Amino acid sequence: MAETQESVIRGICGRFANDRTRLMDILLEAHRRLGSVSGEAVDAIARAVSLPRVEVESTLSFYAFFSPRPRGRFVIRLCNDIIDQMHGAERVGRAFREELGIDFGATTADGLFTLEHTPCIGMCDQAPAALINDKVVTNLSSDRARELVESVRASGDVEHMKLTLGNGNNSHPLVRAVVRNNLRERGPVIFAPLVRGTALRKALAESATEVIKSIKVSRLRGRGGAGFPTGMKWEFARAATGENKIVVCNADEGEPGTFKDRVILTEAADLVFEGMTIAGYGVGAATGIVYLRGEYAYLLAFLESLLKERREAGLLGRNILGKQGFDFDIRIQLGAGAYICGEETALLSSCEGKRGDPKNRPPFPAQSGYMGRPTVINNVETFCCVARILENGPGWFSSIGTNDSTGTKLYSVSGDCDRPGVYELPFGVRVSDLLNMAGAQETAAVQVGGASGQMIGPKDFGRTLRFDDLATGGAVMIFNKQRDVLRVAKAFMDFFCEESCGYCTPCRVGNRLLRERLGQVADGKGSPEDLAYLQKLGETVKATSRCGLGQTSAQPVLTTLRSFRSEYDRRVQTRPADLLPSFDGAAAVAMAESLAQRRSVYFGK
Amino acid sequence: MSGEITFTIDGTEVRGQAGQSILQAAAMASIYIPHLCAKRGLTAWGSCRVCTVLVNGRPQAACIQPIAEGIVVENDTEGLRAMRRELIEMLFVEGNHFCPFCEKSGNCELQAMGYRLGMLAPQYPYFFPVRDVDASHPDLFLDRNRCILCARCVRASQELDGKNVYGFVGRGADKHIAANAANGLVGTDAAVTDMASEACPVGSLMKKRVGYAIPIGQRMYDTKPIGTDIESGSARAQAGGGR
Repeated sequence: MAETQESVIRGICGRFANDRTRLMDILLEAHRRLGSVSGEAVDAIARAVSLPRVEVESTLSFYAFFSPRPRGRFVIRLCNDIIDQMHGAERVGRAFREELGIDFGATTADGLFTLEHTPCIGMCDQAPAALINDKVVTNLSSDRARELVESVRASGDVEHMKLTLGNGNNSHPLVRAVVRNNLRERGPVIFAPLVRGTALRKALAESATEVIKSIKVSRLRGRGGAGFPTGMKWEFARAATGENKIVVCNADEGEPGTFKDRVILTEAADLVFEGMTIAGYGVGAATGIVYLRGEYAYLLAFLESLLKERREAGLLGRNILGKQGFDFDIRIQLGAGAYICGEETALLSSCEGKRGDPKNRPPFPAQSGYMGRPTVINNVETFCCVARILENGPGWFSSIGTNDSTGTKLYSVSGDCDRPGVYELPFGVRVSDLLNMAGAQETAAVQVGGASGQMIGPKDFGRTLRFDDLATGGAVMIFNKQRDVLRVAKAFMDFFCEESCGYCTPCRVGNRLLRERLGQVADGKGSPEDLAYLQKLGETVKATSRCGLGQTSAQPVLTTLRSFRSEYDRRVQTRPADLLPSFDGAAAVAMAESLAQRRSVYFGK
Repeated sequence: MSGEITFTIDGTEVRGQAGQSILQAAAMASIYIPHLCAKRGLTAWGSCRVCTVLVNGRPQAACIQPIAEGIVVENDTEGLRAMRRELIEMLFVEGNHFCPFCEKSGNCELQAMGYRLGMLAPQYPYFFPVRDVDASHPDLFLDRNRCILCARCVRASQELDGKNVYGFVGRGADKHIAANAANGLVGTDAAVTDMASEACPVGSLMKKRVGYAIPIGQRMYDTKPIGTDIESGSARAQAGGGR
């Protein structure tokens, strides 16, 4: 048996040329074949790719979708983000538990099912949702959950689940997903019709420097959230002296509440590939990598087929569109469940086969990124903009939106509204306008930019969505008056505690401390001084953390303290007598009581 | 001299060489910036964040951030001291640190930093984690209770010993130091003579059978606070221009 495993591992490693930088692919394939990667399998991989064992274990243990322990043939991962919770994920979870007879984190005795929770899988517009292996199931109810388990049990295959396929390319034979696009507003940039190759052809008619100049003139800024000027980034990479430059597309959208890249990749992936190819031409790169989040593995075969079509059409490969010496090709790197890999340098670490730790900056990726090579890394949506700028001209692009924020922006709208989904709108739209479009009523709070963004209240609904006002990667989560904003903030802190890579002190420890105290306050066990404690702690985590995750992870606390102060004040108690409200006397003496076999005189009521 | 860069730390003019980090240039100028994960002779790591300074008003880790002409660095301010104290307190509550009976007491950089920064009892609640001790090796042990994940052993093993004895396993709160063998340290090529065996700032990676040899009162930080060597200029003499 051990020999069989060893030979399977050897075969997999061989398929990737025993290349240690392909460790992610090796581990993904090993999981597909063996279900999990045991200690012996770790040894076998380490031998095959000539890595220290502990480095293989390091990568294996970092990603939520990997497991050193045997799991069921079918792994059900129920999304438990705040939006799914609001739409009944707990009921669905109970149904799964009852139907399977196991708790979360466990595997059925017959080795068929493992049940787990997972953070946002990019389906907030059709929550509650879950993954069954690579298959996405959405709009779940208790009955539907039971039905799915029965169907998989009976057929022994996820492919035989009874599914009503979604619209658009979700019904494509290589996708076959129940996912619905929920594309509510099509704008002129991302979701306008596309003729494959048009933008690229125009780009290749110009010089590389002219292409970069067009991007600069368009004043395009990165769509991932930080808003760095794209043209300037490209210029740095073009000027960098390193060899073998590389273009990377960040398709690891893991921010709770965002799902717009899912719709782009389903309906406009050609635009993304076209933008990447233009970037390759602009900066002088021959290689592109799309880092696709593991949750979107259901799109992998479809995206690969598009790449193949582009190669056949001469839009990828050697001497593209007859341009002598311009070679460019793209490979897709699948992730395995780690929000941190959306951070650009962590993403590069992951592409190198390592744990998804962010890298120290400087050097910046444009100087030294993937494998030390000059690297341009942009968001899915940014590459789409690039292609359109080359197709229609920078002047056309910059005439859309506002002065500081040109073009359109995609918003992933979810939560308490009638029309959740993706909206492509020019920059500068008011929050209130978007709420009206989405059919939101009695809105009490909006989380702009996902968990790491900011929570705003009605007095800020007149503000505009653009880089110089409310900057956002696009997640807009709506909460009505029935929701408890402190519970929402607490859910976000749960998320950050789960997703911190653990590299630096403030993020690894500080977020747990924030979560603990916020939870106490939310439970009515806080005292007024806890609010100053949360503020100070939050500021320290923000100021001292190493990467964007930690620098924004205190936002749920800091922005609710700012916009919803009364919710905090209402709940904290001035301390009765000389005890902290958080002190639970009964719990503190519980063990002593059980040992003494009598109740405490003071606390045992 | 070519490549010379001038900048200020708390108003004092400092000269350094291009390519130096703020931490290195400060040390050469006998200015102490508190730090834990940084260690002379090892690649900068940037995990503890204790060396956070303000560079032109923006927080940066001094061990990572290169010096640049004219930058204004703030180091010894009340605000930064408070933040560093908070970071030290976080490390204390995260693990299980038993200073009164730890054999590293008096030689421990975390403890010494607590004293230097004026930490009293941590304001944060203790996590009291359950962590494994690896005592499998004949001459060394790895007590994860006291590990602060600074990677000094990891780097020393790779960069100074040419080995790969240590690495990190797990993510977030589960991240922990691990040995490069399924059966722990004993399965690795770790030796008590390795530079890595000297690298630990706390009582996590320790040599067996030598604990408590030096009495309390005569240990490194018993008489002088941490950082004194840098402030007195002796670190500068030792470094001789290296990092």
